[in-house]
Amino acid sequence: MSGSEAGVNLPALTVALSQVVVLVVLSPLVIGLMRTVRARLEGRVGGGLGQPFRDVRKLLAKEPIRAKGTSWLSVAGPLVLMASSLVVCALMPLLGTVTFDRMPDDLFVVVSVLLLGTVAVALVGLDAGTAFGGMGSSRHMTIAALVEPTVLLAVYALSIPVGSSVLSRIVAARLEDPTSVFSPVSLLALLALAIAVVAETGRLPVDNPATHLELTMVHEAMVLESSGRDLAWLELGSWLRLGALLGLLATLLAPWGVVTEVSAPGLLLAALALSVKLTVAATLLATVEVFVAKVRLFRVPELLAGSFVLAFLAVTASYLVAPG
Amino acid sequence: MTGPVIGPVTGVELGILGQLGLVLVGVVVAVTVPPAVRSRASGSVSVLLGAAGAATGAAALAGREGVVELPTSLPLGHVALQATPLGGFFMLVAGGVGLVAALYGIGAGHGPSTSRTFCAAFPVFLGALQMVPAAGDAVSFLVAWEVMAVASTVLVLAEHAARAEVRSAASWYAAMTHLSFVLLLLGFAVLAGTGGGTDWASLSRVDPGSPSASVAFVLLAAGFATKAGVVPVHVWLPRAHPAAPSQVSAVMSAAMVKMGVYGVLLVTLRLLPGGPSWWGTALLGAGAVSAVYGILQASVATDLKRLLAYSTTENIGLMFLAAGTGLMLRAHQVTPAADAAIVACLLLVASHAAFKAALFLATGSVVHASGERDLDRMGGLGARLPVTGLAFGVGALGAAALPVTAGFVAEWALLQAVIHGARPEDRLVAVIMPIAVTVVALTAGLALLTFVKAYGIAFLARPRSDGAAAAVESSGSMQTAMISAAVAVVALGVAPGALTRAASSAAGVEPGSATLTGVDLSGVGASLEPLALLVAGALALAVVGAVSAAGRRQRRPVELSWGCGGVRADPRMQYTATSYAEPLARVFDDALRPERDVVITHAAESRYLVERVQFRQQVVDLMETRLYHPGLRLVDRAGTAGRRLQNGSIHRYLGYSFLALVAVLLVVTL
Repeated sequence: MSGSEAGVNLPALTVALSQVVVLVVLSPLVIGLMRTVRARLEGRVGGGLGQPFRDVRKLLAKEPIRAKGTSWLSVAGPLVLMASSLVVCALMPLLGTVTFDRMPDDLFVVVSVLLLGTVAVALVGLDAGTAFGGMGSSRHMTIAALVEPTVLLAVYALSIPVGSSVLSRIVAARLEDPTSVFSPVSLLALLALAIAVVAETGRLPVDNPATHLELTMVHEAMVLESSGRDLAWLELGSWLRLGALLGLLATLLAPWGVVTEVSAPGLLLAALALSVKLTVAATLLATVEVFVAKVRLFRVPELLAGSFVLAFLAVTASYLVAPG
Repeated sequence: MTGPVIGPVTGVELGILGQLGLVLVGVVVAVTVPPAVRSRASGSVSVLLGAAGAATGAAALAGREGVVELPTSLPLGHVALQATPLGGFFMLVAGGVGLVAALYGIGAGHGPSTSRTFCAAFPVFLGALQMVPAAGDAVSFLVAWEVMAVASTVLVLAEHAARAEVRSAASWYAAMTHLSFVLLLLGFAVLAGTGGGTDWASLSRVDPGSPSASVAFVLLAAGFATKAGVVPVHVWLPRAHPAAPSQVSAVMSAAMVKMGVYGVLLVTLRLLPGGPSWWGTALLGAGAVSAVYGILQASVATDLKRLLAYSTTENIGLMFLAAGTGLMLRAHQVTPAADAAIVACLLLVASHAAFKAALFLATGSVVHASGERDLDRMGGLGARLPVTGLAFGVGALGAAALPVTAGFVAEWALLQAVIHGARPEDRLVAVIMPIAVTVVALTAGLALLTFVKAYGIAFLARPRSDGAAAAVESSGSMQTAMISAAVAVVALGVAPGALTRAASSAAGVEPGSATLTGVDLSGVGASLEPLALLVAGALALAVVGAVSAAGRRQRRPVELSWGCGGVRADPRMQYTATSYAEPLARVFDDALRPERDVVITHAAESRYLVERVQFRQQVVDLMETRLYHPGLRLVDRAGTAGRRLQNGSIHRYLGYSFLALVAVLLVVTL
């Protein structure tokens, strides 16, 4: 990429904006699909693919309630989560590897922006001053703290073959040499990253998003006090995170369809490819979720330690098997 | 006092002389001015002193030169003060922190912190702090170092009359800081003995590969680590910071401990460049242990100042880790990554100075307003202290290394340096680098939890004590000081280019950054522009905000939050700092070993009904109980045994004199 002298890098802007639009449309569908798959496998009918959209529309129109003693954070927190999720969607190379010169999609930067959203939700949970909010916030941050080493180490492992932690370069290298996707190093790193994504987005076995029992909640406990559009942003924000992270995993595993040059048909094809990848990933995740139970909170570190070992193996293996 | 200066005086020389002059003025003002205006007058002089330090440091960084030689009556020769880019960087940091802290002190002045002693010691402390990086030879360095240590001990003791724990804290601090001084003295003596002189040029004649250089390195690194608060010689930090007045804690934590980092860089980059690889590995190891141990202790701490003190240990650990990575990679000829690591170390220094100053000053304001240091008794302060809350929030963002703050840029640079460091041919490096990434990542994750806890528990929700409920925002100068520190955190994060260039020239490496707002670590092929990220975030926020505001319904205020059907809102129902960190304390039970006391009182009618439950948890510093207490007990026992020598009998004393005389005669005749 060269030349942002004109001020605006049009191809990169196109890719970023189309990624945001595509993910805003696809993420609720992914949630709807996962719920439907689970429902069908459990012998229920389910709400259908469009139910998350209907939920968000309902919440946006509802009157939000603000309890006495809550601060500006109850209002700002959901907006920050949503903004951080949108930036993450714009940064990730899910449709094209064309990025801004001055704002490369460095994985460390992406992780920090994600964490900004994590912190915003955790503070929303504390703001109302209820027992459940604090409980969810505390658990959420404990898990986030323990996930961090796995994520960064997996990033490190992925960056070694390319010599850079910039995502679009990693994906571009995989497009050029598809066999590198199935090297042991890459598979180990992706497996570690997958466990980290499950923990970070609060899916089974770390957190049960469908639970109605407050004592076992993590994410749900933090948003108990939010209502109306605040809740809508919190829900949509976390769906976008799930969509973006699942999309990233799927793209790293199957980079085909991602464009390197911007063109309207290319982008359309890439969007189509992304929806296929997301459908497969979501169906798989939902199917697995039917068969596992939520583990105790204090067993989660063991799970994360396991994924950390995988990531560590990936890094050391890449030095031992790397040519020269 | 100022000696004859030969030749025309350069700007830097004027700056150094000006700082010495301002110290004198500060002391005179503190002693002579009446108490009513003492705090204001003395504080203003200290503000000027800090500004002079920052300006001199900036000039030295820009490549200006100057040497000031002061004759002394010591048999050791003159004191030479000389500005170098590396020293200038640290002088700039110290001056900036000193300026903000002195400004804060003007408004915070009440009780013991307006006493004559305190007002005189503060400028002396600041002046000595700013002279340490200007020292041109080992003697001036040690003189400035000792003045800094003694003046800060006096300042830590400021509130000794009101709080008993202050005295014990000051004893620990004095003992540890003198341990550091003795180690440095020995280290420099070894170097001076081999090099044949005490100025830096003579010391740098020592061959870095020689055994005496390694002995000197171990002694000096241990001395500097003690001052910096590296585990296991960190024990004074969590005691001295809570004991000292907040502006003093801010200078000690944000600037003074950095002199330990300066010392390490001085020894390894300037005096003994090209030392063996194990020097770097040792620094890296010490840094990694400090970073993880410090942040673990911080995450379970409930005293806010103790929490910040442990977070200082963590950050110093990261700086040592960065410096160690740089040295180790240099020894293995991975120059670009090594340079990036050393620049990252200096970025960490500057960012930590900014956010820790903001955090300590805001904490001081909380203590001032509510009388509480215990997080478990705070809450709801954001509404009562909006400016303090803002400063603490921004500082906490920096400490958690989130975008777009200075801490984020520094940590990003460190990670980039580390992931580009390993080469397959060096097996040791190839294993150490992933461990370093893990340490940085775990530290970052725990720092996130720690500062969400600190901000969320203290500033959000409802007050947990009467003091917190009655808190009132502090005075104007305190607010200005806190906000300027917070502005520095964001400014260094949004426009880190200038800082990176300054850090590159201080470290003597190729400046990578081309623009004001971007960091470009060209050696490792990584660039970052936080401003672009900020713009993207602001755009996204604007879009979401616009959708949110577009003709939607008003918020309806309600009395009670839902709380899953709760019928009353009691502040005691909220999570506290202790409960917030409980899952983490359980996960790291083996490393922390918290002591828990649960007392259950049963109702008189039935054992199955509980009347009240008392829970008390205390996390002691394991290093202290396992490492120091046995040593202290041993010394104590030796002292008790030694008392038997002295039983008051005149016969025994006469016998001692006789034996001594015989011994002297024997020695003389032999």
